[in-house]
Amino acid sequence: MEAFFNVYGSLLLDSTLETLYMTFIATLFSYILGVPLGVILSVTKKGAIASSPSFNSVAGWIVNIVRSVPFIILMVFVIPFTRLVTGSSIGLNAAIVPLIIAATPFVARIVEQSLEEVDRGLIEAAKCMGASNIQIITKVMLKESRPSLIRGLSISTITILSYSAITGSIGAGGLGDMAIRYGYQQYIDSVMYATVILLVVIVVLIQWACNIWAFKADKRNRN
Amino acid sequence: MIKIENLSKEFNGKNGKVKALNNINLELNDGDIFGIIGMSGAGKSTLLRCITLLERPDSGSIYIGGSDILKLSPKELRSARGKMGVVFQNYNLLMQETVAKNVAFPMEIAGSPKHEIKERVASLLDLVQIGDKASFYPAQLSGGQRQRVAIARALATRPEALLCDEPTSALDVLTTKQVLTLLKEINEKLNTTIIIITHEMSAVKAICNKVAVIDDGCFVEMGDTKEVFSNPKSSVTKMLLGEDLRI
Ligand SMILES: Nc1ncnc2c1ncn2[C@@H]1O[C@H](COP(=O)(O)OP(=O)(O)OP(=O)(O)O)[C@@H](O)[C@H]1O
Ligand SMILES: [Mg+2]
Repeated sequence: MEAFFNVYGSLLLDSTLETLYMTFIATLFSYILGVPLGVILSVTKKGAIASSPSFNSVAGWIVNIVRSVPFIILMVFVIPFTRLVTGSSIGLNAAIVPLIIAATPFVARIVEQSLEEVDRGLIEAAKCMGASNIQIITKVMLKESRPSLIRGLSISTITILSYSAITGSIGAGGLGDMAIRYGYQQYIDSVMYATVILLVVIVVLIQWACNIWAFKADKRNRN
Repeated sequence: MIKIENLSKEFNGKNGKVKALNNINLELNDGDIFGIIGMSGAGKSTLLRCITLLERPDSGSIYIGGSDILKLSPKELRSARGKMGVVFQNYNLLMQETVAKNVAFPMEIAGSPKHEIKERVASLLDLVQIGDKASFYPAQLSGGQRQRVAIARALATRPEALLCDEPTSALDVLTTKQVLTLLKEINEKLNTTIIIITHEMSAVKAICNKVAVIDDGCFVEMGDTKEVFSNPKSSVTKMLLGEDLRI
């Protein structure tokens, strides 16, 4: 055990940090892009506050197309764009670009779903008070769906984490990369197990933190 | 100050067209408490949704404070909305905001200054007798208390009229009485015109000086509450009064 950590300990630590870094940055940017997109998908639905069914179905199609491309293919497909943005097609930052592209439509759908849960009566009440669409979005929809958005955040983060492991296959760094390099290519099972355990731990921690946060944020709880 | 002329609204239902409102006419004086009563499906909610412009009527005019709100631009309409406050059957409060924030909401939307909002919220919460609940969340309140918050919120922009859709239908008898008493007090203190939509005869009898009976999208009877109820003409009114429960 000790021998194992002496050899692989610092590498495992570095890889974990790389995975966390990739996941965090990709989650951050996919939310910056995905929240507005999710809002647009939600408010342009038929009968919603900015109803525009034809626009909505076009946007919906684009989201669905990107979402249906398997991540590993998408990653290769966007390499020219990645190079353009980061100047390289391998490495940590290069991996973040396809992660954001894949995660943004995912986040948009998750956000859209949370916004759907907002009581329509509440939106009508806000309309009766003279609220503009922007006010309805920021002060009613996004506020009221906060607990659900936080729960969605844990789903998104965990999905991005698992995507980030796939980026290991193009040598992006992180736990996925390490698992492929040592576990798959060199048959060192113990490294493979260690990366899996670390990934599981990260997932559990994300889930746990978001659950607590969502519960605390939800004022419908009588505490 | 509220006048409705020839208001009609049709829906395209699954089994063809439904005439939800058929040529509704109505005139209120300042300070009236006007009850609109009818059976389920008579068109009560549709009428209120048309007055609040949540639903666009097919034809007719709705005058509030002199101007026809159906002719306003979206922007003019948003500011005209401050002239009416709406109270809903299921409160429609922001569940993630405190009581004080809920009451402040219409003023924030209108862009009122912070200190003004703070003062007004405090005085409104006192008016509806829940001054001690300002920092509570709606989930921590009873139904009656929630409806008080909703009433305070509806009054926030000093509306000329308060429109209430079944404001007491989710409440028990005692709480209903308290909320109706509160509405009456508001009417007397602030001279706010109130429209109450309900299917409860007792609510109308308790506080409305005028009443209209709606059936199948039409007003079948309208007038002073006492007169209408002491001498009911239509079968619906008789039914609502419980005089026609023979099967
Ligand atoms: N959006 C709609 N689409 C189609 N039909 C509708 C719509 N809204 C209302 N209606 C119909 O219009 C009629 C009047 O409905 P409304 O909701 O105004 O009745 P109500 O008097 O409020 O009844 P209740 O006491 O049950 O609330 C009903 O026949 C209803 O089915
Ligand atoms: Mg109704």
